[in-house]
Amino acid sequence: MNKDARLKSALAAAFVAFILWGGLPLFRHRHYSMPIVKGPGVTAVLRLSEYSPGLKGTVADTNIYVLQGREPGGKALLIGDTHSNEPEGMLSAVIVIENGIVEKGTLYVIPVFNNSGSRNTRPGDGYPLYFDVATDWGRRRFRFGNRDASPLDQWPDPDVYIHYPERQLLSYIDIRNTNRTWPGRANGPLMEKVTFGAMELMRREKIDVAIDVHGAETMFPVTNCIVAPESSVKIATLASLNVKAREGFENHVEPSPAGFRGLSHREIGDHGPSLPFLLEAPIPFLDQPTGPKTTKLLLDGKDPFLLSLSKKKKLFVPYDESGWPLEKRVGQNLSVTLEIFRQFSKKTADRSIVITGVPRYADLVKGGVGHFLADPSQAPAGGVVMN
Amino acid sequence: MIMIAYYAITAFLVVLLGWSFVREKARRGDLVLYLLVMVPLVLRLLRWK
Repeated sequence: MNKDARLKSALAAAFVAFILWGGLPLFRHRHYSMPIVKGPGVTAVLRLSEYSPGLKGTVADTNIYVLQGREPGGKALLIGDTHSNEPEGMLSAVIVIENGIVEKGTLYVIPVFNNSGSRNTRPGDGYPLYFDVATDWGRRRFRFGNRDASPLDQWPDPDVYIHYPERQLLSYIDIRNTNRTWPGRANGPLMEKVTFGAMELMRREKIDVAIDVHGAETMFPVTNCIVAPESSVKIATLASLNVKAREGFENHVEPSPAGFRGLSHREIGDHGPSLPFLLEAPIPFLDQPTGPKTTKLLLDGKDPFLLSLSKKKKLFVPYDESGWPLEKRVGQNLSVTLEIFRQFSKKTADRSIVITGVPRYADLVKGGVGHFLADPSQAPAGGVVMN
Repeated sequence: MIMIAYYAITAFLVVLLGWSFVREKARRGDLVLYLLVMVPLVLRLLRWK
């Protein structure tokens, strides 16, 4: 072998090693499945492709957990992981699935709404690929994803995303954002098929209340709030006042702007029978001026730069040395969700939705998120669904 | 359809760069540059990222 061939072989070997070193962790993350234990209230597990056939066989298809009540009543849909870098939504949904028992009505829960996004990441921001939650029996691992679906599943992006059906011009990347592609269409891009599936679920099952659970930056004005359109604002206001009076935390109401299209809190109500609500809990991890994006920051929400900004009154939420930990964020989401169901049931007695077994804010703050997560290894046969 | 076309373009570029890598005789710096440019293209073809 001459000198030139030796050099090229060495370079090619280094190239292959570099590809494997960089690519294999991403490959494993994309194929990592999260177990969710079917709690005592789960009566069926469906697939979103049953409502949007274009999703069948794609990464974007996802599980729908049905918790059918003992008595008839209203119907609700709870959505987590619309943005997979806001895990308080997914964890709220998982806690409901693993602990909730529906006494009246039916609850549909989609814990990983943007399944493709939950298998994506943001290497440029140094995102962790997983995070572990400490539980009473050990640690439970979850995928940490990205705001948008993976370009492996929907590619290429257009120069400008033209929203369907309003034709509003949105940022190109929002074509992979399942909180811009509502109400979707059966034959649109993959993420429009996802939101179309959820719209079909709401239309066919006659869902009364739809709650989309998110997290938002402390420096973003629409944070620590319930976003509601005109149709839902009364219930949202009552829920906000009640959680403040009874549970002691702020969660104000933000109006859903009618001129900004594609968002769940706008399109769900405009194109289906449900009253939409979008919950935002403050997540310091998403703020730009923070230290490294570590799992510690994700879990405890403590950051010295945000603390400094808070003292300069640059944040939209109170912030001190205690940060904004995961248990507080998930606890807020669960309490507000339960309060929305309670207020809806008071207003519409014949369509009431009554759920027991789901912890509230104080329970989460006291016991932590992990206390309410089941151990998949102890579940009975057939009691675990991989997501 | 557009996605298939983009994958075809990516594969074409990988072949082009690979061929240039094999044919390059004089400029060693260019060998490294060919490989660096190929990284995202190969990852895309392997559907890793």
